Amino acid sequence: MEKPIQSETSFLARLRTALSCFNRALTSPDFSRQAAELLRSPQTQAHHKPIELPPERAHASGLAVLSLLQREGRLIDFLKEDMAAFSDAEIGAAARVVHAGCRKVFSEYFVIEPALRDAEGATISVPAGFDAQRIRLTGNIAGQPPFCGMLKHHGWVATAVRMPAISEALDPRVLAAAEVEL
Amino acid sequence: MSTYSIGIDLGTTNSAVSYFKLAQAEARGSGQTMLAIPQITSVGTVEEKLLLPSFLYLPNEQEFPAGSLALPWDKKRKDRVVGEFARTHGSKVPMRLVASAKSWLCHAGVDRLSAILPWQAPEDVHRVSPLDAAAHYLAHLREAWDHQFQDDPLAKQDVVLTVPASFDAAARDLTLKAAQQAGLPNITLIEEPQAAFYAWIEQMGEGFRKQVKPGDVVLVVDVGGGTADFSLIAVTSKDGDVALTRVAVGDHILLGGDNMDLALAHKVNQRLAAEGKKLDIWQFNALTFACRQAKENLFADSRLKKSPLVVPGRGSTLVGGAIKAELNRDELTGVLTDGFFPKIDVTDPLQSARRTGLAQLGLPYAQDAGVTRHLAAFLTRQARAMATAHDAPVKVEGRTFVHPTAVLFNGGVFKATPLKDRVIQVLNDWLAADGGQPAKELGGAELDLAVARGAAYYGWVRHGHGLRIRGGTARAYYVGVETTMPAVPGMEPPVKALCVAPFGMEEGTQADVPPQEFGLVVGEHTRFRFFASSLRRGDRVGVMLEDVAGNDELEEVAPIETTLPAKAGNEGKLVPVNLQAVVTEIGTLELRCLEKGGPGKWKLELNVRMKE
Repeated sequence: MEKPIQSETSFLARLRTALSCFNRALTSPDFSRQAAELLRSPQTQAHHKPIELPPERAHASGLAVLSLLQREGRLIDFLKEDMAAFSDAEIGAAARVVHAGCRKVFSEYFVIEPALRDAEGATISVPAGFDAQRIRLTGNIAGQPPFCGMLKHHGWVATAVRMPAISEALDPRVLAAAEVEL
Repeated sequence: MSTYSIGIDLGTTNSAVSYFKLAQAEARGSGQTMLAIPQITSVGTVEEKLLLPSFLYLPNEQEFPAGSLALPWDKKRKDRVVGEFARTHGSKVPMRLVASAKSWLCHAGVDRLSAILPWQAPEDVHRVSPLDAAAHYLAHLREAWDHQFQDDPLAKQDVVLTVPASFDAAARDLTLKAAQQAGLPNITLIEEPQAAFYAWIEQMGEGFRKQVKPGDVVLVVDVGGGTADFSLIAVTSKDGDVALTRVAVGDHILLGGDNMDLALAHKVNQRLAAEGKKLDIWQFNALTFACRQAKENLFADSRLKKSPLVVPGRGSTLVGGAIKAELNRDELTGVLTDGFFPKIDVTDPLQSARRTGLAQLGLPYAQDAGVTRHLAAFLTRQARAMATAHDAPVKVEGRTFVHPTAVLFNGGVFKATPLKDRVIQVLNDWLAADGGQPAKELGGAELDLAVARGAAYYGWVRHGHGLRIRGGTARAYYVGVETTMPAVPGMEPPVKALCVAPFGMEEGTQADVPPQEFGLVVGEHTRFRFFASSLRRGDRVGVMLEDVAGNDELEEVAPIETTLPAKAGNEGKLVPVNLQAVVTEIGTLELRCLEKGGPGKWKLELNVRMKE
């Protein structure tokens, strides 16, 4: 069995730290001040409690993607708009704006590739120990792999994410600011 | 000792930085490294891009949330935005946007050191001078570099800054001052078309010798976002190797790709207006953007007859508020290909009718939008100038214009192959009519980034590697000398021009002292008018041209001035001096007064504040 690491929490180590703290607090005013601060800090008391972020902070990058899709491709406007009253031609024209803008976001911030390289409609073999993250089986799943089946959808995998750095100063809940013309 | 040679392309609409590690000691080939430039792309968002749009936005104090204009190297930044967001947001708030600062920098009609930009901005906007704006762009690039290369700060590297070939001595001087203000005290200047040619040489490697041979004349056609710039580079042989000489540069033409997209948008807007659809400034911007996309689609696929244009609704009703239009190929060809690159004869004159719509911004935009007409004027005038010069670098006798044998394109405009083809076609028509051989295109240029890359490569060439383009100054310079004649009421005495620096002075040389002597009064301010000519190739130092007013080969540059410092007892004394011109190692022109028969030496400054 592996020897446990001589950590900072072993008794001897703690004794060493305590003694040197004692000495340095006596000799260095700077150290003494820092040590006092550490003793006061609430984090030393509730040490291992995880910091809970509000949901908009926890999911800030998801909101940022929405914001980008709106900024470049007006996606939120499009999805929130009632389509019933418009003709296909009108929707088609607006869809060009949405398509061009969202596509730009996609190509700038993500590299997205098919999960499987085979052509859709091809008969492929799914080996034993296949990646169940990337391959979803449908239809008659019976017996053990390898399975043989037809590729219906090649799937999508993000192979790179290049999200821009977004300032903490921004409220992630604001997906698009209201525009007021003066 | 610097680690890198760094090329900075300070463009009218986009800037870029390329770098060359000097220790690697060989040309980079096509892998010419570019600096990724962090910049604000949206409120609170910093992204890296290879191009920094040369736009400065001066926000209202409360316009953006606190901290949302911070940069990685300046968390407290709040008073200005440079780059992508400045451009996109500024297009909606034009009164706070500084654009085309570089064109203002070479605009002798305004005081370039006073805070005049944004042009016609209201009182409460904190305005800046054209020089400040250029300095802000350069400072952003320096900070971006220093952030990434902390051990090799930009101020300690070999920095080569590009200027249009058509920049005169005053505009070059101002560029240098902007660099100093931005914390870059040691820089070298290079002309943009030359930089583009260096980038091509570096990219081709030794293979470039197969494409250009002694006897060739390369025409560089550089049409950027805001300016068109021409240069001629002659290929000769010297000591068994090829030699390159830049033999001529064109005038400064404020005409570029941005004008072209605007022209398309105006065309479509007219049609929409006729249908009763009126666009506001936001929608017009969206239309310009849509026109650019449609243009790219049509140019990329010659089978398309038209491309749809959609101006989305401005409010949240995207579909309901959308305005639909289309750009068809005939319009594109009519407005862009025929409008900006018309098929003309080489002898057709430039049109000088005022073009409304482009003239509203206060800059001296080109009155004739025909790039090919400007090109014809350049080639024919240069042929005439060379014909009278004693050592014409290019054969011109019996020809109505200088015959290029090859063309190198530069600038984003030429991503559109049909526009390149049109230039080649027009040029070759002229050549055929004048008994010449067709010119070929030098392919493989990287149109957006070549200037920065070539500048970085030039920094390495200056260390004695590779082939250097010679040529020296592209202008001869003159000072105005007032003739003495009896005063006639209402008539100014004619001014003669004394040549102080001939055409083609190389960096690091000085011209002979012309015999003409001047008397300067100690302690008093003295000013000379100052002229340049890109056509008078044969004038030697000391040549005196009669009557400046009637000479259309001369262009007035900013006046030059000096004050001889007074020492106790010599105030008011008249000191005889001669003028001397020096072209510095870094590519600027310096003028000095030399005391006649004495040790005194004073520098003359170009005054860019006023124009007589």
